[in-house]
Amino acid sequence: MHLIFNAVAAGVAALLLSAPAQAQGTLRVAITASDVPTTTGVPTQGLEAWSYAGYPIFEPLVMWDLRVTDTPPPVIPWLATEWAVDAEDHTKWVFKLRDGVTFHDGSAFDADAVVWNLDRFYKEDAPQFEASTSASTKGRVPVLKSYEKIDDSTVAIYTTVPVTYFPEVMTSILFVSPAKWEEVGSWEAFAGQPSGTGAFTLAAVDRTSLTLAKNPSYWNTERAAKLDSVVVYPMAEATTRLAALRSGQVDWINVPPPDGIPSLRDAGFTVATSPMPHVWPYWLQTAEGSVFHDVKVRQAFNYALDREGLVTLLNGAAEPAKGFWKPGDPRFGTPENDYTYDPEKARALLTEAGFGPGEMVPVKILISTSGSGQMVPLPMNELLQQSARAAGFELEFSVVDWGQMAAIRSNPDSPEMQNVVAVNSSFTTADLTWFFFSFYPTNWPNFDHPETTAMMDQYRTDFDMSDEDRVALMANIHANLVDQAPWAWIVHDVNPKAFAPAVQGYTPAQAWYTDLTTVYMQP
Amino acid sequence: MLQFVFRRITQVIPILLGVTLVTFALVQIMPGSIADMLVPPSAPQSLKDEINRIYGLDRSLFEQYFLWLGQLLTGNLGVSLVSSRPVAGELFAAMLNTLQITLISAVIGFGLGILFGAISALNAGKWPDRLFTFVSIAGVSVPHYWLAILMVTIFSVQFNLLPAQGMGPAGFPTTWEQWRPMIMPIFTLSLIPMGVVGRLVRASVLEVLSQEFVQALGAKGLRDRQVRMHVAKNAAPAVLAVMGLQFGYLLGGSILVETVFNWPGTGKLLNQAIFTNDMPIIQATVLVLSIMFVLVNLAVDVAQAAIDPRMRR
Repeated sequence: MHLIFNAVAAGVAALLLSAPAQAQGTLRVAITASDVPTTTGVPTQGLEAWSYAGYPIFEPLVMWDLRVTDTPPPVIPWLATEWAVDAEDHTKWVFKLRDGVTFHDGSAFDADAVVWNLDRFYKEDAPQFEASTSASTKGRVPVLKSYEKIDDSTVAIYTTVPVTYFPEVMTSILFVSPAKWEEVGSWEAFAGQPSGTGAFTLAAVDRTSLTLAKNPSYWNTERAAKLDSVVVYPMAEATTRLAALRSGQVDWINVPPPDGIPSLRDAGFTVATSPMPHVWPYWLQTAEGSVFHDVKVRQAFNYALDREGLVTLLNGAAEPAKGFWKPGDPRFGTPENDYTYDPEKARALLTEAGFGPGEMVPVKILISTSGSGQMVPLPMNELLQQSARAAGFELEFSVVDWGQMAAIRSNPDSPEMQNVVAVNSSFTTADLTWFFFSFYPTNWPNFDHPETTAMMDQYRTDFDMSDEDRVALMANIHANLVDQAPWAWIVHDVNPKAFAPAVQGYTPAQAWYTDLTTVYMQP
Repeated sequence: MLQFVFRRITQVIPILLGVTLVTFALVQIMPGSIADMLVPPSAPQSLKDEINRIYGLDRSLFEQYFLWLGQLLTGNLGVSLVSSRPVAGELFAAMLNTLQITLISAVIGFGLGILFGAISALNAGKWPDRLFTFVSIAGVSVPHYWLAILMVTIFSVQFNLLPAQGMGPAGFPTTWEQWRPMIMPIFTLSLIPMGVVGRLVRASVLEVLSQEFVQALGAKGLRDRQVRMHVAKNAAPAVLAVMGLQFGYLLGGSILVETVFNWPGTGKLLNQAIFTNDMPIIQATVLVLSIMFVLVNLAVDVAQAAIDPRMRR
């Protein structure tokens, strides 16, 4: 009897466990991009697009582990099985490539393919050189200097300076099939029939959507896709995405409008959030002559912003930010300042900084009307304007569109930048490149704190530290930054997504990226 | 007549050259450069300088203009910075998509506008006049963005009759699957031309009707239908001019309507290019739309001259 019970239990368990793998189907996703991302291995339309036209089709040497949900994703071996910095030359990294991986077209992934792909971005006279993707890749991997094939399954990559976090940076370079490019002859033709090594192939792309199909011979059998196909629609307008989900045109939307979240939940849709390495901040100009030159004014400003009010405004689709990292993250450290909305404290700090009672501090901020990672900037800034007024700051906005903001924020002579002392531009710490370059040149805030910079140098160049020491050092850097307040950290986005009830298996990684391979449709 | 057409065409050439100059200048005075668009804010200046060199932006403006003009003449409108696709292909596809809905919107809008305007004028002060005047004013006044969202809420979300967004399978619309997504955008887009043309037809017809020659025609014994033909012919030039302008606006695509319905036409293309500072797309779209505008007005001028010989002088 006991044997029969065990057998039945095992059978039921096996059935339940295998259900997701058998349940397949087609997922239709509406993303916030305004256009179909490019399908040549360097997706345009922001980091969101990497989850749909990047990682599913093409892969990097080192990948974020998007199945880890309780901590920010670590990097794990992917097309490279191991890597190490040279013991003598800390600008030389050696990557050992995975054997037996082939591109979708059947050609081999090897050291020649790696060099060919890097030539695409870093060698101007290479036939496959592409100016636009070269620019964006160099922007994301500014420290890559040169590279060479050591043998068929080993490559060396050199950096301009020693960078301990270089493997994280290499998640930004995806590899495409040289054989396929040579067959079709141009990147434009390649975009229509691309070939990578990913869990999905590109089945179709036109000007309104792209369709991914499961790669039946994917090398990473443990992480093979459960879905048969995924159709991705760019829909920039939030209300359009909401209507498409509510009318059954799509099964999944990214970033539902905050006003629509309660009604979606009431109607039986799932609204999922996950912490992500994103900050919605004000960068503060700390140079001499700026009102934010004095650290006490910077700290006062951080106490003058009603973060909880913003979270309420956004129907919970954000978390208050008190630094780059979140409290509870071991890298957060123990800063002396805990930035809550405290107008009294802000006033007291302003008094210490020499402002008279009732004197208002003028702050002109460059803001955008929308943009990648900018959430809903106009109402958010208006709410902060009200809360800051009670704490002694008079906020004035210089409003531009997103593209214009990127163009003028480093140009103090442009009319829109006159008297601007802060910029509201969202930020990612998806890898540490942007974090470091925010305080190295180009250093928009002109932040100058030798102690912090020395620690950042040590973090970047000291290869002998243990992982624990490295985390502790970053915690010290972060605590210093929070107390020195070169920025006002306001909220973290929580990457809201809304799903129809049939969508199952979503993995809420603490990343900008989504792992589509775990998702399946419940019949 | 042929001499008139030739003269008008020769006048168009300097206008088109002027359009290229203005379009080129517009992009030059936009803040920032291609490099600002392509790389993250943290990128060093040396990288931005390198990108400017690769794109030829380190050359003189004079050189840049003539290089660009030379490319234009060979049909090369450059490459989109965002999609990395040739601008000509992007723009051509968007124009076709916009034409799909604008041609039909124009026919419906102009047709209803002429009908409502004429009925209003011939029944001035009576209930049909009040009714159609109300409809025309509503067409011009109702915010399209609001109307589009309202229609999506009713017909897509509540009753699930029509798709909320997007367009059907590519190609000339022959199937219901292709027509369904077009219904709401067409209805929304046709409202303004209907309102504008309706108001103008009413005013023009009333003005012509008040002229003495109309009474003279009646006194000569012409039938009502014949008199109306004369009235229509006299009112037509002004209406044609406005219809040309309205058609030009429609060709540009309504940014709001195409955005709400996620219709991949020129309005949406231009909107997303502006938001991403995709200069080659902005430049080419403005240029091509301006040329279309000039050509539509040329066609209207010729049509006016054909109807009214006085225009040929």
